[in-house]
Amino acid sequence: MIVAEAKPIKEILEMIEGFNKILVVGCKGCVTVCNVGGAKEVAILASAIRIAEKKKGKEVEVGEITLERQCDPEYIEELKDIIQDYEAVVSLACGVGPQFISERYPEARVFPAVNTKFMGGAVEHGVWAERCAGCGQCVIHYFGGMCPIARCSKSLMNGPCGGSNHGKCEVSPEIDCIWDKIVRKMMAQGRLDELLKIRPPKSWLTARDGGPRKMVREELAK
Amino acid sequence: MTEYKSGSNLEKVLKAGHFAFTGECGPPRGANVEVVRKKAQYLKGCVDAVNVTDNQTAVVRMSSWAACLILKEEGLDPNFQMVCRDRNRLAMQSDILGVSAHGIKNMLCLSGDHQRFGDHPEAKNVYDIDSIQLISMVKKMRDEGKFLNGEPIDVPPKLFIGAACNPFAEPLEFRVYRLAKKIAAGADFIQTQCIYNMKRFREFMKRVVDMGLHEKCYILAGITPLKSVGMARYMATQVPGMDVPEELIKRLKEAGKKKAAEEGIKIAVEQIQELKEMEGVAGVHLMAIEWEHRVPEIAKLAGMLPRPKVE
Amino acid sequence: MQEFKPKIVAFYCSNCASSAAEISNKLGLFLPENIKLINVPCTGRIEILHLLKAFENGADMVYVVGCQEDSCQYINGILKLKKRVAHVKNMLEQMGIEPQRLEVFSLYAGKGQDFVNIANEMLNRAKQLGPIY
Repeated sequence: MIVAEAKPIKEILEMIEGFNKILVVGCKGCVTVCNVGGAKEVAILASAIRIAEKKKGKEVEVGEITLERQCDPEYIEELKDIIQDYEAVVSLACGVGPQFISERYPEARVFPAVNTKFMGGAVEHGVWAERCAGCGQCVIHYFGGMCPIARCSKSLMNGPCGGSNHGKCEVSPEIDCIWDKIVRKMMAQGRLDELLKIRPPKSWLTARDGGPRKMVREELAK
Repeated sequence: MTEYKSGSNLEKVLKAGHFAFTGECGPPRGANVEVVRKKAQYLKGCVDAVNVTDNQTAVVRMSSWAACLILKEEGLDPNFQMVCRDRNRLAMQSDILGVSAHGIKNMLCLSGDHQRFGDHPEAKNVYDIDSIQLISMVKKMRDEGKFLNGEPIDVPPKLFIGAACNPFAEPLEFRVYRLAKKIAAGADFIQTQCIYNMKRFREFMKRVVDMGLHEKCYILAGITPLKSVGMARYMATQVPGMDVPEELIKRLKEAGKKKAAEEGIKIAVEQIQELKEMEGVAGVHLMAIEWEHRVPEIAKLAGMLPRPKVE
Repeated sequence: MQEFKPKIVAFYCSNCASSAAEISNKLGLFLPENIKLINVPCTGRIEILHLLKAFENGADMVYVVGCQEDSCQYINGILKLKKRVAHVKNMLEQMGIEPQRLEVFSLYAGKGQDFVNIANEMLNRAKQLGPIY
């Protein structure tokens, strides 16, 4: 799923400085799962905004709503009747949400309340880690089911580099050296021959490097 | 008439069967030509080729190719280094043609330290291709006269291709295979990370020889003289794959603060002499960064002088 | 000029804190006025939103009394709550509110006097800080 991190409340308060009617919009998708943008977090942010503004001597009106998802127009449509009552919209969805809201309601002043970080999953309760960089050409099967593009700091396809340090990446002891894992697993499984194959340079055309991407399902599109 | 891949001095020396001795020069943090010329003076006549690092530890310095040109002017055989961190395949091929056009004949292909270590940690990550893909690419350009995309190059570059090897880094079991991979990709010579544990290195070289890798590629062992106990401890704990035996640290300690550097040089000289007799080792790469002025003395004590002249 | 009477909200758990509260009653010790007591099964049940809502509704001071870290009935309820309190303190500071307006205490079940002392300490602190808004 898409993993995002809450922006510091200070940053959000600075963004909405001067607005008196604010709508906080959450999302029941990915950001609920990683506990940064669901209904609970909407209530928390709304309360925090009211307290902070009250402290400044201002009474602000803060609306709260959580949509099924902010990446489908049919749910963004649900804001139709209420959005004009507000001066600013703060979206807790990943980077897609605020943009969808902005597109559908061009007059609205939309602010992002989270920093979208990566595609990943939960590795333990409360901890999410990156697994996929969206390169557009998945070849994890070459690497024992692990992705070096996303999980090697240098995206090596013929790793490990000389900086692999007791199973950790030279960049930080908090980052596992994925090549250490790949090599150990494949050697243990007797797949040394696959490791000896020289993987050719990756085409980054299918990745973000090639430009913003679209995915079309022909049978479904008009 | 011997067929050379590049005709560099290093290649000629190795091909003639001599024990090679290379050095290293770190470019300055500015357009300071004088400091490069000064370093060149120390190294002249002591080494067969000089590595010129490429934004080492991800810290901005004068570019490797530029410093290489200065060294060439000073009569040295530069070993141009290129890391994968800062350049994409276009810039790489472009620079490869550029250095070859200027008569630089050796090239070391490296991954490069991640930019998070350096002085511009917020920079965009390139790593378009990795070091092994870079070796293959240079070989393709030189031997097939083709760019990475298969199109013809009008005057192919002539480079003696080098790569690095860190024999004691994890995962240990795989290191000799990674070396094999680099050689299969096209590496003509290898320079290892600096060695302190000679016993373990000898075991590593045995595996290399068993696999016949020393016949396909010239392997130069890296040596960095220890200047102090502090430096030894730093190497032992902060540098991946570094194995600094306690006996060496003990020797430095016992020599006392003032004499530690002398002892470090003594150790390096002993190592060089031992490596000269080790099977599979074609030479030594001396990394005496910011200590270039001691290189002539080390070369002399280790019996590396005079350097051979091969026509 | 009217003397400032701080509005204080105190959450306390049904275990150690409750026992302490009972004992303080038995000892004839009483809490100062203006303290609204909210009993929870375990301090771990208190969420960030509960703490914020108390301030939103005008509390000048909010504090939580729970078990010692190694004797929480629900094992790590008090530990979780302490993390949440740290998080809210951080938020308060960014919001321009003094983080000292929020506090958490661990006490032993038998300490009736402590229960009252804490209340008085909070009252004094609230008086010093003044009204929240």
